[in-house]
Amino acid sequence: MSGPLLQAQALSRTFGAFTAVDQVTFDVAPGEVVGLLGANGAGKTTVIRMLLGLLRPTAGHALLNGNPPSRAGRERLGYVPQGLGLYAELTVRENLEFAAQAFGCPPARPEGPMRETRDRLVSDLPLGIRRQVAFLCALQHRPDVLVLDEPSSGVEPLGRARLWDQIREQSQRGVGVLVTTHYMQEAQQCDRLLLMSQGRLVAQGTEADIVDGTTAVAVASDDWARVFAVLSAAGLAVNLAGRDVRVIDPDLPVVRELLAGQGIEAACHEVPATIEERMTMLART
Amino acid sequence: MSAYELTVRFGHVLALDDVSLQTPTGQITAVVGGDGAGKTTLLEALVDLVPIEAGSVDSPARSTIGFMPAGAGSWSELSVDENVAFVGGSYGLATDVLTTRADDLLTRAGLSDVRDRLAGQLSGGMRKKLGFCLAMLHEPQLLILDEPSTGLDPVSRVELWRLISEAAARGTAVVLTTTYLDEAERAGTVLVLERGKALLSGSPQDVVSSYPGVIVQTDSPTRPQFAWRHGTGYREWWPDDPPKGSTTTALTLEDVSIVASLRQEVGS
Repeated sequence: MSGPLLQAQALSRTFGAFTAVDQVTFDVAPGEVVGLLGANGAGKTTVIRMLLGLLRPTAGHALLNGNPPSRAGRERLGYVPQGLGLYAELTVRENLEFAAQAFGCPPARPEGPMRETRDRLVSDLPLGIRRQVAFLCALQHRPDVLVLDEPSSGVEPLGRARLWDQIREQSQRGVGVLVTTHYMQEAQQCDRLLLMSQGRLVAQGTEADIVDGTTAVAVASDDWARVFAVLSAAGLAVNLAGRDVRVIDPDLPVVRELLAGQGIEAACHEVPATIEERMTMLART
Repeated sequence: MSAYELTVRFGHVLALDDVSLQTPTGQITAVVGGDGAGKTTLLEALVDLVPIEAGSVDSPARSTIGFMPAGAGSWSELSVDENVAFVGGSYGLATDVLTTRADDLLTRAGLSDVRDRLAGQLSGGMRKKLGFCLAMLHEPQLLILDEPSTGLDPVSRVELWRLISEAAARGTAVVLTTTYLDEAERAGTVLVLERGKALLSGSPQDVVSSYPGVIVQTDSPTRPQFAWRHGTGYREWWPDDPPKGSTTTALTLEDVSIVASLRQEVGS
């Protein structure tokens, strides 16, 4: 296989007068992990729904393995929606068997914690195990393309690291992966990033391409909450990174003056902005 | 509020095992841990929603506690104003007091333009902020937030944190659960839970600086039991000196939380 697995070509979708997706073009090649980023309402899920064939584009094309999405095409696709898409009233084993039957493949054998709970109803299981089951359901027919909508929302750090082990295992087998995320550290695990804002694809490439020269001032002090309060009250675009208060696209002397005016001692440094900060900035304009 | 050596059992499952927690006035206390670690159970034990098998909770009167559950914390079929009126009424707030507080809170949360909208039609971020406003309506001394930022985009996350830090700055004791360790770093005290047990607790700086070992950044882990993926490479924990020539970095709170979980797994 050589051509792109997923393609969006000038893809657009309107709902009445509202343009949810506006001329979006990108592709996902075999073995590639592509991160789709954007604030809520940026159009990420609408793009995914069109690529999966669940929603018809108003203009442009969504292609799966070079063809418009179809039942046959979807046989080569694994999809884990935000809500995981499992049947709560079926057991782990029944969910796997049901998905396997739909795809005409033998059901996968649950391992680890999934094995111990294979005869329990999905509704009785913790989120971590449900997520593993959803992954296995999406992978058991050995798809070429994997689409994951916010896979690690509510997952703790170790669970997130393990999830990414699984994603990388798939991409190393040649699977093309499209993953939406809100979490910056997760974006850094992708080979390539796409950033959407208000329906449009506004940046793509590496983390540096996304940040696009935007800078921030990192303010370190003993009382982050007070710094945060003073700088947000002044109307600056303020963000938080751990205990550092960060001002996006800043005027360093203004920041220093505001803090000094309140008698706050703080160390201010100009640093490259993060992806989250770039997203915050786009949302404000 | 203080909780001492709490134990909670559901049937034969030990949900909390000898966990203690203090929530000082004007400070944020963060409870972190994975799914099933006992975070929500701990919060529910604090507000007497689950029976305690052993230990004790010393908490202020119920009427001075604000609680925002992990779900919506508001009624989807009611408008923003109707939600406010309903919750204000349950706390017996006088109309003029309720009006003043609601105006102030909804303005600070950026919700003043959507007061007629049904809660069910708000975006995820607005819905969480409404839940926060409702929990703050009666000016509680103790504010309990269960996963306030889960599922929120970075823009909404920072807006919610502005509200949380303002509440703490005004003297409210805030206790919240989160799966994001960068948020836990902002707390005065962090408590790391795993399978109902307290793995670590203290100020984020103390938890990190008192933890042994260093992190090696590598592309090919030599201690797979204590390595995990980060970016395109791996992070690997060494309890003492790593091999000569390795690229080492200091531990972060996230590293400490991951290593503590891995050590418990390997030990069990």
